[in-house]
Amino acid sequence: MYNPTVARLTYRAVLGRRRAAILFILPALLLLIATSVRIFVGPDDQIAADLLGGFAIAAMVPLIGVIAGTGAIAPEIDDGSIVYLLAKPVKRSTIIFTKLIVAIAVTMAFSAIPTLIAGFILNGNGQQVAIAYTVAALVASIAYSALFLLLGTVSRHAVVIGLIYALVWEALFGSLVPGARTLSVQQWSLALAEKIATEGLIGSDVGLPLAVSLLLGVTVVATWYAGQKLRVLKLAGEE
Amino acid sequence: MTTISIEHTSRWFGNVVAVNDVSMTISPGVTGLLGPNGAGKSTLINMMGGFLAPSTGSVTLDGQPIWRNESVYRQIGVVPEREAMYDFLTGREFVVANSELQGLGAREAQEALATVEMEYAQDRKIATYSKGMRQRVKMASALVHNPSVLLLDEPFNGMDPRQRMQLMDLLRHMGATGRTVLFSSHILEEVEQLASHIEVIVAGRHAASGDFRKIRRLMTDRPHRYLVRSSDDRVLAAALIADPSTAGIEVDLAEGALHIQAIDFGRFTELLPRVARENSIRLLTVSPSDESLESVFSYLVTA
Repeated sequence: MYNPTVARLTYRAVLGRRRAAILFILPALLLLIATSVRIFVGPDDQIAADLLGGFAIAAMVPLIGVIAGTGAIAPEIDDGSIVYLLAKPVKRSTIIFTKLIVAIAVTMAFSAIPTLIAGFILNGNGQQVAIAYTVAALVASIAYSALFLLLGTVSRHAVVIGLIYALVWEALFGSLVPGARTLSVQQWSLALAEKIATEGLIGSDVGLPLAVSLLLGVTVVATWYAGQKLRVLKLAGEE
Repeated sequence: MTTISIEHTSRWFGNVVAVNDVSMTISPGVTGLLGPNGAGKSTLINMMGGFLAPSTGSVTLDGQPIWRNESVYRQIGVVPEREAMYDFLTGREFVVANSELQGLGAREAQEALATVEMEYAQDRKIATYSKGMRQRVKMASALVHNPSVLLLDEPFNGMDPRQRMQLMDLLRHMGATGRTVLFSSHILEEVEQLASHIEVIVAGRHAASGDFRKIRRLMTDRPHRYLVRSSDDRVLAAALIADPSTAGIEVDLAEGALHIQAIDFGRFTELLPRVARENSIRLLTVSPSDESLESVFSYLVTA
Protein backbone atom coordinates (compact mmCIF):
# COMPACT_ATOMS: atom_id res chain seq x y z
CA MET A 1 0.00 0.00 0.00
CA TYR A 2 2.89 2.36 0.74
CA ASN A 3 5.81 2.81 -1.61
CA PRO A 4 8.87 4.57 -0.14
CA THR A 5 10.19 5.61 -3.56
CA VAL A 6 6.90 7.27 -4.51
CA ALA A 7 6.93 8.94 -1.08
CA ARG A 8 10.47 10.25 -1.53
CA LEU A 9 9.67 11.70 -4.96
CA THR A 10 6.47 13.25 -3.63
CA TYR A 11 8.16 14.88 -0.61
CA ARG A 12 10.76 16.45 -2.84
CA ALA A 13 8.12 17.60 -5.33
CA VAL A 14 5.93 19.18 -2.63
CA LEU A 15 8.71 20.84 -0.66
CA GLY A 16 10.95 21.70 -3.60
CA ARG A 17 8.63 24.01 -5.51
CA ARG A 18 8.38 27.76 -5.11
CA ARG A 19 4.81 27.34 -3.94
CA ALA A 20 6.19 25.60 -0.85
CA ALA A 21 7.18 29.02 0.50
CA ILE A 22 3.55 29.39 1.64
CA LEU A 23 4.11 26.33 3.82
CA PHE A 24 6.66 28.32 5.78
CA ILE A 25 5.14 31.80 5.56
CA LEU A 26 1.71 31.01 7.05
CA PRO A 27 2.96 29.23 10.19
CA ALA A 28 5.59 31.95 10.67
CA LEU A 29 2.84 34.56 10.45
CA LEU A 30 0.73 32.68 13.01
CA LEU A 31 3.62 32.44 15.45
CA LEU A 32 4.44 36.11 14.93
CA ILE A 33 0.85 37.18 15.67
CA ALA A 34 0.64 34.85 18.68
CA THR A 35 3.87 36.22 20.12
CA SER A 36 2.74 39.82 19.57
CA VAL A 37 -0.63 39.17 21.20
CA ARG A 38 1.03 37.54 24.20
CA ILE A 39 3.48 40.43 24.59
CA PHE A 40 0.98 43.25 24.18
CA VAL A 41 -2.23 41.73 25.61
CA GLY A 42 -1.01 38.97 27.88
CA PRO A 43 -2.62 35.53 28.24
CA ASP A 44 -6.30 35.60 27.28
CA ASP A 45 -8.31 32.42 26.64
CA GLN A 46 -10.89 34.06 24.40
CA ILE A 47 -8.31 35.78 22.21
CA ALA A 48 -6.36 32.53 21.99
CA ALA A 49 -9.50 30.67 20.88
CA ASP A 50 -10.44 33.41 18.40
CA LEU A 51 -6.99 33.58 16.82
CA LEU A 52 -6.53 29.82 16.51
CA GLY A 53 -10.09 29.37 15.25
CA GLY A 54 -10.17 32.38 12.97
CA PHE A 55 -6.73 32.18 11.45
CA ALA A 56 -5.13 28.77 12.08
CA ILE A 57 -8.15 26.53 11.50
CA ALA A 58 -10.20 28.71 9.13
CA ALA A 59 -7.39 29.85 6.82
CA MET A 60 -3.99 28.30 7.47
CA VAL A 61 -4.93 24.63 7.60
CA PRO A 62 -7.02 24.62 4.38
CA LEU A 63 -4.41 26.70 2.51
CA ILE A 64 -1.59 24.39 3.54
CA GLY A 65 -3.88 21.47 2.65
CA VAL A 66 -4.29 22.91 -0.87
CA ILE A 67 -0.55 23.34 -1.36
CA ALA A 68 0.35 19.88 -0.02
CA GLY A 69 -2.66 17.96 -1.39
CA THR A 70 -2.61 19.29 -4.94
CA GLY A 71 1.19 19.62 -4.91
CA ALA A 72 1.51 15.89 -4.25
CA ILE A 73 0.13 14.97 -7.67
CA ALA A 74 -1.17 17.83 -9.85
CA PRO A 75 2.18 19.15 -11.17
CA GLU A 76 3.20 15.65 -12.26
CA ILE A 77 -0.06 15.17 -14.14
CA ASP A 78 0.21 18.66 -15.66
CA ASP A 79 3.68 18.23 -17.09
CA GLY A 80 3.29 14.52 -17.85
CA SER A 81 6.17 13.35 -15.67
CA ILE A 82 3.74 11.03 -13.86
CA VAL A 83 4.32 8.71 -16.81
CA TYR A 84 7.46 7.51 -15.01
CA LEU A 85 5.33 6.36 -12.07
CA LEU A 86 2.58 4.91 -14.23
CA ALA A 87 4.95 2.93 -16.46
CA LYS A 88 5.88 0.75 -13.51
CA PRO A 89 4.39 -2.41 -12.04
CA VAL A 90 3.07 -0.43 -9.06
CA LYS A 91 -0.62 -0.46 -8.20
CA ARG A 92 -2.37 2.85 -8.85
CA SER A 93 -3.97 2.64 -5.42
CA THR A 94 -0.49 2.36 -3.88
CA ILE A 95 0.61 5.52 -5.70
CA ILE A 96 -2.46 7.42 -4.46
CA PHE A 97 -2.27 6.08 -0.91
CA THR A 98 1.44 6.94 -0.65
CA LYS A 99 0.85 10.43 -1.99
CA LEU A 100 -2.00 10.86 0.49
CA ILE A 101 0.26 9.88 3.39
CA VAL A 102 2.85 12.42 2.24
CA ALA A 103 0.23 15.17 1.82
CA ILE A 104 -1.18 14.43 5.28
CA ALA A 105 2.28 14.41 6.86
CA VAL A 106 3.21 17.73 5.25
CA THR A 107 -0.11 19.37 6.11
CA MET A 108 0.08 18.17 9.71
CA ALA A 109 3.70 19.25 10.11
CA PHE A 110 3.08 22.73 8.76
CA SER A 111 -0.32 23.33 10.34
CA ALA A 112 -0.84 21.27 13.50
CA ILE A 113 2.61 21.79 15.02
CA PRO A 114 2.54 25.61 14.57
CA THR A 115 -1.03 25.62 15.95
CA LEU A 116 0.15 23.80 19.06
CA ILE A 117 3.12 26.13 19.55
CA ALA A 118 0.97 29.23 18.95
CA GLY A 119 -1.58 27.92 21.47
CA PHE A 120 1.08 27.53 24.11
CA ILE A 121 2.48 30.96 23.35
CA LEU A 122 -0.98 32.56 23.55
CA ASN A 123 -2.23 31.18 26.88
CA GLY A 124 -0.04 28.24 27.82
CA ASN A 125 -2.75 25.74 26.77
CA GLY A 126 -5.16 27.25 29.28
CA GLN A 127 -8.68 25.68 29.01
CA GLN A 128 -7.03 23.06 26.72
CA VAL A 129 -7.33 25.53 23.82
CA ALA A 130 -3.96 24.66 22.25
CA ILE A 131 -4.58 20.89 22.38
CA ALA A 132 -8.16 21.25 21.13
CA TYR A 133 -7.20 23.26 18.05
CA THR A 134 -4.18 21.04 17.38
CA VAL A 135 -6.46 17.99 17.29
CA ALA A 136 -8.78 19.89 14.96
CA ALA A 137 -5.81 20.76 12.73
CA LEU A 138 -4.67 17.13 12.69
CA VAL A 139 -8.03 15.66 11.63
CA ALA A 140 -8.68 18.49 9.17
CA SER A 141 -5.24 17.79 7.62
CA ILE A 142 -6.37 14.26 6.78
CA ALA A 143 -9.64 15.26 5.13
CA TYR A 144 -8.17 18.25 3.26
CA SER A 145 -5.26 16.17 1.95
CA ALA A 146 -7.63 13.53 0.59
CA LEU A 147 -9.94 16.14 -0.96
CA PHE A 148 -7.22 18.19 -2.60
CA LEU A 149 -5.33 15.11 -3.79
CA LEU A 150 -8.52 14.03 -5.54
CA LEU A 151 -8.90 17.53 -6.96
CA GLY A 152 -5.36 17.22 -8.34
CA THR A 153 -6.33 14.08 -10.27
CA VAL A 154 -9.59 15.41 -11.71
CA SER A 155 -8.79 19.00 -12.69
CA ARG A 156 -5.99 20.84 -14.40
CA HIS A 157 -6.93 23.87 -12.33
CA ALA A 158 -6.66 22.10 -9.00
CA VAL A 159 -4.75 24.84 -7.20
CA VAL A 160 -7.16 27.61 -8.25
CA ILE A 161 -10.25 25.57 -7.38
CA GLY A 162 -8.59 24.50 -4.14
CA LEU A 163 -7.77 28.08 -3.20
CA ILE A 164 -11.30 29.24 -3.97
CA TYR A 165 -12.67 26.40 -1.86
CA ALA A 166 -10.26 27.10 1.00
CA LEU A 167 -10.67 30.86 1.04
CA VAL A 168 -14.27 31.37 -0.03
CA TRP A 169 -16.01 28.28 1.27
CA GLU A 170 -14.00 27.36 4.35
CA ALA A 171 -12.73 30.75 5.51
CA LEU A 172 -15.70 32.92 4.53
CA PHE A 173 -18.90 30.88 4.20
CA GLY A 174 -17.71 28.20 6.64
CA SER A 175 -17.34 30.85 9.29
CA LEU A 176 -20.31 33.07 8.46
CA VAL A 177 -23.10 31.28 6.62
CA PRO A 178 -24.91 28.75 8.81
CA GLY A 179 -25.97 26.34 6.01
CA ALA A 180 -22.51 26.09 4.52
CA ARG A 181 -21.04 25.20 7.86
CA THR A 182 -22.50 21.71 7.85
CA LEU A 183 -20.55 20.94 4.69
CA SER A 184 -17.26 22.30 5.90
CA VAL A 185 -14.22 20.28 6.93
CA GLN A 186 -13.46 23.11 9.31
CA GLN A 187 -16.71 22.62 11.25
CA TRP A 188 -16.25 18.85 11.37
CA SER A 189 -12.81 19.25 12.88
CA LEU A 190 -14.11 21.89 15.32
CA ALA A 191 -16.64 19.35 16.58
CA LEU A 192 -13.70 17.44 18.01
CA ALA A 193 -12.05 20.58 19.37
CA GLU A 194 -15.33 21.51 21.09
CA LYS A 195 -15.22 18.31 23.15
CA ILE A 196 -11.63 18.82 24.24
CA ALA A 197 -11.60 22.48 25.28
CA THR A 198 -13.47 23.89 28.24
CA GLU A 199 -17.16 24.15 27.43
CA GLY A 200 -18.37 27.29 25.67
CA LEU A 201 -14.97 28.35 24.31
CA ILE A 202 -15.11 26.54 20.98
CA GLY A 203 -18.32 25.92 19.02
CA SER A 204 -19.22 23.76 16.05
CA ASP A 205 -22.44 23.53 14.03
CA VAL A 206 -22.06 19.80 13.56
CA GLY A 207 -22.54 17.12 16.19
CA LEU A 208 -19.57 14.89 16.98
CA PRO A 209 -20.92 11.58 15.58
CA LEU A 210 -21.91 13.23 12.29
CA ALA A 211 -18.61 15.11 12.10
CA VAL A 212 -16.53 11.97 12.59
CA SER A 213 -18.62 10.05 10.03
CA LEU A 214 -18.27 12.85 7.47
CA LEU A 215 -14.51 13.19 8.05
CA LEU A 216 -14.03 9.45 7.61
CA GLY A 217 -16.44 9.22 4.69
CA VAL A 218 -14.92 12.11 2.74
CA THR A 219 -11.38 10.82 3.29
CA VAL A 220 -12.16 7.26 2.24
CA VAL A 221 -14.34 8.15 -0.76
CA ALA A 222 -11.95 10.85 -2.04
CA THR A 223 -8.96 8.51 -1.78
CA TRP A 224 -10.76 5.65 -3.47
CA TYR A 225 -12.00 7.87 -6.28
CA ALA A 226 -8.55 9.41 -6.81
CA GLY A 227 -7.20 5.87 -7.24
CA GLN A 228 -9.89 5.14 -9.82
CA LYS A 229 -9.10 8.36 -11.70
CA LEU A 230 -5.42 7.50 -11.78
CA ARG A 231 -6.16 4.04 -13.17
CA VAL A 232 -7.81 5.57 -16.22
CA LEU A 233 -5.68 8.70 -16.41
CA LYS A 234 -5.06 9.43 -20.07
CA LEU A 235 -1.77 10.95 -20.93
CA ALA A 236 -2.47 12.94 -24.04
CA GLY A 237 0.22 12.80 -26.69
CA GLU A 238 2.04 15.79 -28.08
CA GLU A 239 0.03 15.67 -31.27
CA MET B 1 9.89 -13.56 -27.56
CA THR B 2 7.44 -10.77 -26.92
CA THR B 3 4.96 -9.47 -29.45
CA ILE B 4 2.59 -6.52 -29.40
CA SER B 5 -0.59 -7.05 -31.40
CA ILE B 6 -2.82 -4.23 -32.50
CA GLU B 7 -6.09 -5.43 -33.95
CA HIS B 8 -8.62 -3.21 -35.69
CA THR B 9 -7.77 -0.46 -33.27
CA SER B 10 -9.20 3.02 -33.53
CA ARG B 11 -8.89 5.93 -31.18
CA TRP B 12 -10.80 9.15 -31.38
CA PHE B 13 -10.79 12.31 -29.30
CA GLY B 14 -14.25 13.86 -29.54
CA ASN B 15 -14.88 14.17 -33.26
CA VAL B 16 -11.26 13.79 -34.25
CA VAL B 17 -10.10 10.35 -35.32
CA ALA B 18 -6.44 10.02 -34.38
CA VAL B 19 -6.01 6.34 -35.21
CA ASN B 20 -8.33 4.68 -37.70
CA ASP B 21 -8.79 0.89 -37.80
CA VAL B 22 -5.12 0.00 -37.55
CA SER B 23 -3.94 -3.61 -37.36
CA MET B 24 -0.29 -4.50 -37.00
CA THR B 25 2.00 -6.84 -35.13
CA ILE B 26 5.24 -5.63 -33.61
CA SER B 27 7.61 -8.58 -33.37
CA PRO B 28 11.13 -8.93 -31.94
CA GLY B 29 13.70 -6.82 -33.77
CA VAL B 30 13.69 -3.10 -34.47
CA THR B 31 10.52 -1.66 -35.99
CA GLY B 32 10.24 1.94 -37.13
CA LEU B 33 6.90 3.70 -36.93
CA LEU B 34 7.12 6.28 -39.69
CA GLY B 35 4.69 9.07 -40.40
CA PRO B 36 4.40 12.83 -40.70
CA ASN B 37 3.74 14.96 -37.63
CA GLY B 38 0.17 14.56 -36.41
CA ALA B 39 -0.28 11.22 -38.17
CA GLY B 40 -1.23 9.40 -34.98
CA LYS B 41 2.14 7.89 -34.09
CA SER B 42 2.13 9.15 -30.51
CA THR B 43 -1.48 8.04 -30.02
CA LEU B 44 -0.55 4.58 -31.23
CA ILE B 45 2.53 4.43 -28.98
CA ASN B 46 0.50 5.70 -26.04
CA MET B 47 -1.95 2.84 -26.59
CA MET B 48 0.90 0.33 -26.83
CA GLY B 49 2.35 1.79 -23.63
CA GLY B 50 -0.96 1.49 -21.76
CA PHE B 51 -1.48 5.23 -21.33
CA LEU B 52 -4.53 5.45 -23.54
CA ALA B 53 -7.47 3.11 -24.00
CA PRO B 54 -8.32 2.13 -27.58
CA SER B 55 -11.81 3.41 -28.53
CA THR B 56 -12.36 0.15 -30.40
CA GLY B 57 -10.19 -2.87 -31.11
CA SER B 58 -7.48 -4.32 -28.91
CA VAL B 59 -3.85 -3.73 -28.06
CA THR B 60 -2.21 -6.74 -26.40
CA LEU B 61 1.20 -7.91 -25.23
CA ASP B 62 1.52 -11.65 -25.83
CA GLY B 63 -2.26 -11.89 -25.60
CA GLN B 64 -2.59 -9.83 -22.42
CA PRO B 65 -4.44 -6.51 -22.72
CA ILE B 66 -2.10 -3.59 -22.03
CA TRP B 67 -4.66 -1.01 -20.89
CA ARG B 68 -5.24 -1.04 -17.12
CA ASN B 69 -2.73 -3.81 -16.61
CA GLU B 70 0.22 -2.65 -14.50
CA SER B 71 1.97 -6.01 -14.68
CA VAL B 72 2.93 -5.43 -18.33
CA TYR B 73 5.48 -2.85 -17.19
CA ARG B 74 7.74 -5.63 -15.98
CA GLN B 75 8.27 -6.34 -19.67
CA ILE B 76 7.80 -2.92 -21.24
CA GLY B 77 10.18 0.02 -21.09
CA VAL B 78 8.84 3.38 -22.23
CA VAL B 79 10.75 6.42 -23.45
CA PRO B 80 8.15 9.21 -23.77
CA GLU B 81 8.52 12.13 -26.12
CA ARG B 82 7.64 14.67 -23.47
CA GLU B 83 10.51 16.57 -21.93
CA ALA B 84 9.08 16.71 -18.43
CA MET B 85 10.99 14.65 -15.90
CA TYR B 86 11.69 15.14 -12.22
CA ASP B 87 13.96 18.10 -12.89
CA PHE B 88 14.77 18.61 -9.22
CA LEU B 89 16.52 15.23 -9.08
CA THR B 90 20.00 14.40 -10.32
CA GLY B 91 20.26 11.96 -13.22
CA ARG B 92 21.38 9.24 -10.86
CA GLU B 93 18.57 9.86 -8.35
CA PHE B 94 16.06 9.72 -11.20
CA VAL B 95 17.31 6.41 -12.59
CA VAL B 96 17.65 4.90 -9.09
CA ALA B 97 14.01 5.89 -8.38
CA ASN B 98 12.91 4.21 -11.62
CA SER B 99 14.93 1.15 -10.67
CA GLU B 100 13.34 0.98 -7.22
CA LEU B 101 9.88 1.32 -8.71
CA GLN B 102 10.71 -1.81 -10.73
CA GLY B 103 11.68 -3.55 -7.50
CA LEU B 104 15.40 -3.28 -8.32
CA GLY B 105 18.24 -1.29 -6.80
CA ALA B 106 21.12 1.10 -7.31
CA ARG B 107 23.31 -1.46 -9.09
CA GLU B 108 20.87 -1.85 -11.98
CA ALA B 109 20.50 1.94 -12.16
CA GLN B 110 24.28 2.32 -12.41
CA GLU B 111 24.44 -0.25 -15.20
CA ALA B 112 21.71 1.57 -17.13
CA LEU B 113 23.52 4.89 -16.72
CA ALA B 114 26.70 3.26 -18.00
CA THR B 115 24.83 1.83 -21.00
CA VAL B 116 23.74 5.31 -22.11
CA GLU B 117 27.13 6.86 -21.19
CA MET B 118 25.69 9.30 -18.71
CA GLU B 119 27.86 8.46 -15.72
CA TYR B 120 29.93 11.61 -16.20
CA ALA B 121 26.89 13.87 -15.55
CA GLN B 122 24.87 11.60 -13.26
CA ASP B 123 25.27 13.83 -10.21
CA ARG B 124 24.04 16.96 -11.94
CA LYS B 125 20.43 18.10 -11.62
CA ILE B 126 18.28 17.07 -14.58
CA ALA B 127 17.23 20.73 -14.89
CA THR B 128 20.76 21.50 -16.13
CA TYR B 129 20.75 18.79 -18.83
CA SER B 130 20.68 19.39 -22.57
CA LYS B 131 17.93 17.77 -24.61
CA GLY B 132 20.21 14.96 -25.69
CA MET B 133 21.28 14.27 -22.10
CA ARG B 134 17.64 14.18 -20.98
CA GLN B 135 16.90 11.75 -23.76
CA ARG B 136 19.69 9.45 -22.61
CA VAL B 137 18.62 9.55 -18.98
CA LYS B 138 15.04 8.76 -20.06
CA MET B 139 16.52 5.87 -22.01
CA ALA B 140 18.41 4.66 -18.91
CA SER B 141 15.19 4.81 -16.86
CA ALA B 142 13.45 2.64 -19.46
CA LEU B 143 16.31 0.12 -19.70
CA VAL B 144 16.86 -0.33 -15.98
CA HIS B 145 14.79 -3.52 -15.73
CA ASN B 146 16.12 -4.98 -18.96
CA PRO B 147 12.69 -4.99 -20.66
CA SER B 148 11.81 -7.32 -23.50
CA VAL B 149 9.83 -4.54 -25.19
CA LEU B 150 11.07 -0.98 -25.62
CA LEU B 151 8.75 1.77 -26.89
CA LEU B 152 10.35 5.05 -27.91
CA ASP B 153 8.45 8.12 -29.10
CA GLU B 154 10.63 10.27 -31.39
CA PRO B 155 13.80 9.27 -29.51
CA PHE B 156 16.27 11.07 -31.78
CA ASN B 157 14.73 14.52 -31.44
CA GLY B 158 17.31 16.97 -30.16
CA MET B 159 20.21 14.54 -30.25
CA ASP B 160 23.47 15.48 -31.89
CA PRO B 161 24.83 13.15 -34.61
CA ARG B 162 27.20 11.34 -32.27
CA GLN B 163 24.50 10.69 -29.66
CA ARG B 164 22.17 9.60 -32.43
CA MET B 165 24.69 7.06 -33.72
CA GLN B 166 25.25 5.78 -30.21
CA LEU B 167 21.55 5.36 -29.49
CA MET B 168 21.07 3.67 -32.86
CA ASP B 169 23.83 1.19 -32.03
CA LEU B 170 22.21 0.49 -28.70
CA LEU B 171 18.77 -0.08 -30.20
CA ARG B 172 20.24 -2.21 -32.99
CA HIS B 173 21.96 -4.33 -30.36
CA MET B 174 18.73 -4.70 -28.39
CA GLY B 175 16.88 -5.75 -31.53
CA ALA B 176 19.62 -8.23 -32.44
CA THR B 177 19.36 -9.86 -29.01
CA GLY B 178 15.68 -10.67 -29.52
CA ARG B 179 14.01 -7.69 -27.92
CA THR B 180 11.04 -5.96 -29.44
CA VAL B 181 12.04 -2.37 -30.11
CA LEU B 182 9.56 0.09 -31.59
CA PHE B 183 10.42 3.72 -32.24
CA SER B 184 8.54 6.48 -34.00
CA SER B 185 10.01 9.07 -36.31
CA HIS B 186 8.95 11.45 -39.03
CA ILE B 187 12.34 11.26 -40.73
CA LEU B 188 12.67 8.52 -43.33
CA GLU B 189 16.48 8.38 -43.25
CA GLU B 190 16.44 7.87 -39.50
CA VAL B 191 14.06 4.94 -39.78
CA GLU B 192 15.91 3.53 -42.75
CA GLN B 193 19.24 3.48 -40.92
CA LEU B 194 17.91 1.60 -37.96
CA ALA B 195 14.76 -0.37 -38.60
CA SER B 196 14.64 -3.61 -40.47
CA HIS B 197 10.88 -3.35 -40.53
CA ILE B 198 8.83 -0.22 -41.10
CA GLU B 199 5.20 0.57 -40.39
CA VAL B 200 3.99 3.69 -42.12
CA ILE B 201 1.08 5.61 -40.65
CA VAL B 202 -0.57 8.56 -42.36
CA ALA B 203 -3.58 10.54 -41.12
CA GLY B 204 -4.35 7.83 -38.58
CA ARG B 205 -4.34 5.05 -41.14
CA HIS B 206 -1.90 2.22 -41.61
CA ALA B 207 -0.47 3.13 -45.02
CA ALA B 208 2.29 0.62 -45.64
CA SER B 209 4.24 -2.11 -43.94
CA GLY B 210 7.42 -3.92 -44.84
CA ASP B 211 11.19 -3.75 -44.93
CA PHE B 212 12.82 -0.46 -45.75
CA ARG B 213 13.77 -1.53 -49.27
CA LYS B 214 10.13 -2.05 -50.13
CA ILE B 215 9.14 1.29 -48.58
CA ARG B 216 12.07 3.05 -50.24
CA ARG B 217 11.11 1.60 -53.61
CA LEU B 218 7.55 2.82 -53.20
CA MET B 219 8.90 6.23 -52.38
CA THR B 220 11.41 6.53 -55.22
CA ASP B 221 9.21 4.96 -57.88
CA ARG B 222 6.47 7.50 -57.38
CA PRO B 223 6.26 10.41 -59.89
CA HIS B 224 8.55 13.24 -58.87
CA ARG B 225 7.89 16.86 -59.71
CA TYR B 226 10.68 19.33 -60.33
CA LEU B 227 10.86 23.02 -60.91
CA VAL B 228 13.69 23.84 -63.34
CA ARG B 229 14.97 27.20 -64.56
CA SER B 230 17.58 27.29 -67.30
CA SER B 231 19.16 29.51 -69.91
CA ASP B 232 16.88 27.97 -72.58
CA ASP B 233 13.73 26.39 -71.16
CA ARG B 234 12.12 25.39 -74.48
CA VAL B 235 15.17 23.56 -75.89
CA LEU B 236 15.63 21.80 -72.56
CA ALA B 237 11.93 20.84 -72.45
CA ALA B 238 12.06 19.40 -75.97
CA ALA B 239 15.14 17.33 -75.18
CA LEU B 240 13.73 16.00 -71.91
CA ILE B 241 10.28 15.04 -73.19
CA ALA B 242 11.93 12.83 -75.83
CA ASP B 243 13.09 10.54 -73.03
CA PRO B 244 10.69 8.01 -71.43
CA SER B 245 11.76 9.00 -67.91
CA THR B 246 9.75 12.21 -68.29
CA ALA B 247 5.96 12.05 -68.33
CA GLY B 248 5.08 15.69 -68.78
CA ILE B 249 6.49 19.20 -68.93
CA GLU B 250 4.73 22.49 -68.52
CA VAL B 251 6.36 25.71 -69.66
CA ASP B 252 5.38 28.30 -67.09
CA LEU B 253 5.86 31.64 -68.82
CA ALA B 254 4.84 33.72 -65.83
CA GLU B 255 7.31 31.97 -63.55
CA GLY B 256 9.93 31.62 -66.26
CA ALA B 257 10.35 27.99 -65.30
CA LEU B 258 9.59 24.42 -66.30
CA HIS B 259 7.40 22.11 -64.21
CA ILE B 260 8.60 18.61 -64.96
CA GLN B 261 7.02 15.36 -63.95
CA ALA B 262 9.52 12.51 -63.90
CA ILE B 263 8.37 8.92 -63.63
CA ASP B 264 11.78 7.23 -63.48
CA PHE B 265 13.59 8.97 -60.67
CA GLY B 266 17.02 7.37 -61.19
CA ARG B 267 17.07 7.83 -64.94
CA PHE B 268 15.78 11.40 -64.83
CA THR B 269 18.42 12.58 -62.34
CA GLU B 270 21.08 11.24 -64.71
CA LEU B 271 19.35 12.59 -67.84
CA LEU B 272 18.84 16.21 -66.82
CA PRO B 273 22.51 17.30 -66.41
CA ARG B 274 23.55 15.29 -69.49
CA VAL B 275 20.92 16.88 -71.74
CA ALA B 276 21.84 20.33 -70.42
CA ARG B 277 25.52 19.77 -71.13
CA GLU B 278 24.92 18.37 -74.62
CA ASN B 279 22.76 21.38 -75.54
CA SER B 280 24.98 23.92 -73.81
CA ILE B 281 22.15 24.98 -71.54
CA ARG B 282 22.90 26.41 -68.11
CA LEU B 283 20.75 25.04 -65.32
CA LEU B 284 19.86 27.90 -62.98
CA THR B 285 17.43 26.18 -60.62
CA VAL B 286 16.62 22.51 -60.06
CA SER B 287 14.37 21.98 -57.12
CA PRO B 288 11.98 19.19 -56.22
CA SER B 289 8.56 20.78 -55.84
CA ASP B 290 6.84 17.99 -53.94
CA GLU B 291 9.55 16.58 -51.75
CA SER B 292 7.76 17.32 -48.51
CA LEU B 293 7.36 14.17 -46.49
CA GLU B 294 3.61 14.65 -46.51
CA SER B 295 3.50 14.36 -50.30
CA VAL B 296 5.57 11.20 -50.16
CA PHE B 297 3.22 9.80 -47.57
CA SER B 298 0.11 10.84 -49.44
CA TYR B 299 1.47 9.01 -52.45
CA LEU B 300 2.06 5.94 -50.30
CA VAL B 301 -1.51 5.97 -49.07
CA THR B 302 -2.87 5.77 -52.59
CA ALA B 303 -0.15 3.36 -53.80
